[in-house]
Amino acid sequence: MTGQLEVAGLTKRLAGRELFAGLTLTMAAGEFVAVMGESGTGKSTLLNLIAGLEAPDAGQITVAGQVLNGLDDQALTLWRRRALGFVFQSFHILPHLSVGDNVALPLRLNGQGTLAASAIALEMLGRVGLAARAASMPTELSGGEMQRVAIARALVHRPTLVLADEPTGNLDPDNATRVLAFLAEQVREQGAMCLMVTHSHQAATVADRVLRLANGGLHAA
Amino acid sequence: MKLLLGLFISSLRRRRFAAALSLLAVMLGVALGVAVSVVNRSALDEFAHGVRVLSGEADLQIVGPRNGFDDALFAPVVLSEGVAAASPVVELDVRLPGRDSPLRVLGLDLLRSIQIQPALRPETGPTLDAGALLDPDLIYLSPAALQRFGLSVGQTVRMQLGARTIALRIGGVANGFGAGQLAGLMDIAAAQWRFDHLGRLTRIDLRWASGGDTSAARAALKALLPPGLQLVPPAQREEQAADMSRAYRANLTMLAVIALATGAFLVFATQSLSVVRREAEFALLRALGVTRVELLRGVLAEGCAVGLVGGSIGVVVGHGLAAIALNTLGGDLGAAGYFAGSRPALQFDLLASAVFLLLGLAASVLGSWWPAWRAANADIAPALRSSHQPMLPPASVHRRVAIVLAAMAVALAALPPLQGLPVGGYLAVACVLACAVVCLPALAHLLTRSLARWPGLLLGLVRARVAATPSHAVIAAGGVLASVALSVAMAIMVASFRDSVDAWLARVLPADLYVRSAQGAVAVGVEPDALKRLAAIPEVARIEPIRHEQIRLDGGGLPVALVARTVPAEGADRVFPMREMRPCSGDCVWVSEAMSDLHGWRTGQQVQIPIGGGEHRFVVAGIWRDYARQSGAILIDLARYQTLTSDMRANDVAIWAAPGVAADMLRERVRALFGPSLEIASAELIRRSSLALFDRTFAVTYALEACAVLIGLFGIAASFAALAAARRREFGMLRHIGVTRGQIGTLLALEGALVAGIGVVGGMLAGGAISVLLIFVVNRQSFHWSMDFAVPGASLALFAVAMLGFAALAARLAGGQAMRLDAVRAVREDA
Repeated sequence: MTGQLEVAGLTKRLAGRELFAGLTLTMAAGEFVAVMGESGTGKSTLLNLIAGLEAPDAGQITVAGQVLNGLDDQALTLWRRRALGFVFQSFHILPHLSVGDNVALPLRLNGQGTLAASAIALEMLGRVGLAARAASMPTELSGGEMQRVAIARALVHRPTLVLADEPTGNLDPDNATRVLAFLAEQVREQGAMCLMVTHSHQAATVADRVLRLANGGLHAA
Repeated sequence: MKLLLGLFISSLRRRRFAAALSLLAVMLGVALGVAVSVVNRSALDEFAHGVRVLSGEADLQIVGPRNGFDDALFAPVVLSEGVAAASPVVELDVRLPGRDSPLRVLGLDLLRSIQIQPALRPETGPTLDAGALLDPDLIYLSPAALQRFGLSVGQTVRMQLGARTIALRIGGVANGFGAGQLAGLMDIAAAQWRFDHLGRLTRIDLRWASGGDTSAARAALKALLPPGLQLVPPAQREEQAADMSRAYRANLTMLAVIALATGAFLVFATQSLSVVRREAEFALLRALGVTRVELLRGVLAEGCAVGLVGGSIGVVVGHGLAAIALNTLGGDLGAAGYFAGSRPALQFDLLASAVFLLLGLAASVLGSWWPAWRAANADIAPALRSSHQPMLPPASVHRRVAIVLAAMAVALAALPPLQGLPVGGYLAVACVLACAVVCLPALAHLLTRSLARWPGLLLGLVRARVAATPSHAVIAAGGVLASVALSVAMAIMVASFRDSVDAWLARVLPADLYVRSAQGAVAVGVEPDALKRLAAIPEVARIEPIRHEQIRLDGGGLPVALVARTVPAEGADRVFPMREMRPCSGDCVWVSEAMSDLHGWRTGQQVQIPIGGGEHRFVVAGIWRDYARQSGAILIDLARYQTLTSDMRANDVAIWAAPGVAADMLRERVRALFGPSLEIASAELIRRSSLALFDRTFAVTYALEACAVLIGLFGIAASFAALAAARRREFGMLRHIGVTRGQIGTLLALEGALVAGIGVVGGMLAGGAISVLLIFVVNRQSFHWSMDFAVPGASLALFAVAMLGFAALAARLAGGQAMRLDAVRAVREDA
């Protein structure tokens, strides 16, 4: 699935403070954008708004032609299930599911049968170099391996947009470099968009474009 | 330390929901225990007060069969060495037509009774002179009787006497009786005459002269007594009443204690989960210099606070429940027979309050012990890392412990009763419960493995979660297991008992119709003349009179029922269901299981029985099942009884209708002949009312079980509330990748059902084992009743499904916060 992201006139107030005042962002299909900014500038809130997890006070968000404004929680959830992939700082791999089952989860949610989902997940794990660990439990993996599993899970259902929130925050520099390169490679290979928020200048170097979030708006870094 | 203590106690405020459920569970357990104890204490105190009023200042009483003994005994007794005063008594329970509550009529020699029962004084009405006290047409009623029956001084009151009624005028008020005692006072001669007791006494009250109570004087007095009569202190009647109801009280108390144990599981569950969530907090405290012991004390203090507050509220609520129970069910909590008809006043029970408060405290502290120990001994460094994932320790299976507990249960079940109580049986029940809890991890593993092929994403997620965290399943399922085990055991026991009683009733009620003289007026009865009139009714094929007497055997103990019925040539098993029997040769009796248990009478044994003022030798020809008399009963052939006693009256008469005559028509014929003076009922009506009484008796136990089940469900709710908070990140991630709120709710509900399912399956197995103990050990030793094992399969299946449903609902509701939006943000490290 390919498409583009358009955020127009986004306004959001949080705890009486104006986070965004008419924020605008456009991403082309297959583009990798990094957003940097100081703590508290609203980087994660921006991801929440784009994911439909929070509602803006004003403005419009359109992902691959789907306008999010006006969708109710159920519709947003089903859209997220189809169109988005997430990579978190703390991996958020379900500890009670095997590595393979964790990766297959988005496919199962989208209605794939168990066997088909497992096969696709295994293939995806092969692409991240972890096919041999499909039956392992997450507790048996290293931090870098867990983040690769998380990336596999984010991409396995071929989403339009991958939202990555400090994906290397819990990794050492070597692992961080490897994981980011891998994320960028996989996103580009699938033709998906990826919006990554990060504090790390090093991490931002893998992006096609780096933006800085400050004073309620996005600026070229 | 104060600051530290405050830190721990304040954590209860942070987790209000779980703390409130723990508190509620302890409160319920304590309240039930206190309520049962208070009701029993109030009933026993009222009974004891009644006995003290009626026996006055007597040092000793001569008592015998309920139908009384020859009053010629009085003269030698009053002249016996050391006796300062003696008061002959005729004490009868009579019934007023159309009224259920019996009236106790006390016939006293008013000139003698003033020396022993000075408080019992008739007060003549304004129009009567002192001579009226001896008037055989007058009776003096206690204020309670006047009020209960809506009577006033000067009115005529009718009383049932066998198949007829007699009329007495109310001469005045009888003072000295207890506040609720329904009693009437008459001159003894008048009572003997009017109630067909000429020449008979039911009791002689004695007072020793100063220094007169010597062993020689007692021996001399005893020597005067014919067989079947005993010299007993008045307090013995109080003890006997306590003995009669002790097993029932003990069983109810045990149910309350099990409810409390379920509460302890809940405290354990909430504390365990809370300790896991606070691992980082505890690690920080330890890093700052808090010692292991201080940490241990702190967590225990939390349990203490829950136990103390819950227990204190439980004491108050328990007294409230007792007040309601006394008003609605009476002093015997619906189990008619022990304190039938009594409405005792509520009394504060300090001892029970203290004991159950301490038990509540102990349950709460015990429930907190393991979590506290774990908190105190946790490694500090890993818990301080930001990447630390709080996890319950793995649930391990202690096979050896389980085997030892099971073996102990078997050994304890084989022990004889202690002081008439099945202490071994109770301990065996505790061992089975403990064994089941120990086996829970294995059961959790077994069940989740057997469900490996569950279809569907959510079911798979649930199975994987429960399989990966068996500790949580075990903790949450522990309370469910205990409450389900209790309910299942009680359900099987009650079903077995009810089925057996039903079958027993069918056997002992073979006739179409039964008539009986007024209930409660056992000493009176249907006269031979009335029996002849009954037999002569054209619609009657045949009648069988039944006589009930109560006798006292040598060696003391509770009075024993003597049932005189016609034993057919085909054998006594046509009369009662025999457990064992041998051919009868010579003078035979057949005894109930309680007789066999309490007095050690065996088939083939020769026994001495005091009947009709003489001691007679009989052979025990069989042992029968009896659910009507807990302290033992002896079946004797009616003809033999009549020969020995010359007592030709009957209490009950079984009537068979002539061919083609309907029971209703027969009843109308009997009613037309005798009016309302006889109670007439079909076998079916007696059966139905007996089973209704049975159900009422167990109503209280149902309430106790419901409370235990509620506490078990609290456990599910509390653990899921705690876990939902701990799993916010997990749910948040699921919501990110497209799991809907409804699916999270379904996930929680399914998980609740699966966890409860583990407890339900464990509870069913444990409950089945406990029911065997209840039926074959506890009941047998408590009440001396054997019964056939019956499993109410459909009811249990329905109960299990309902439990799963309620558990799913409880988990879904308790985990509600997992579905809120902020759960979505929980995955973020940077807001």
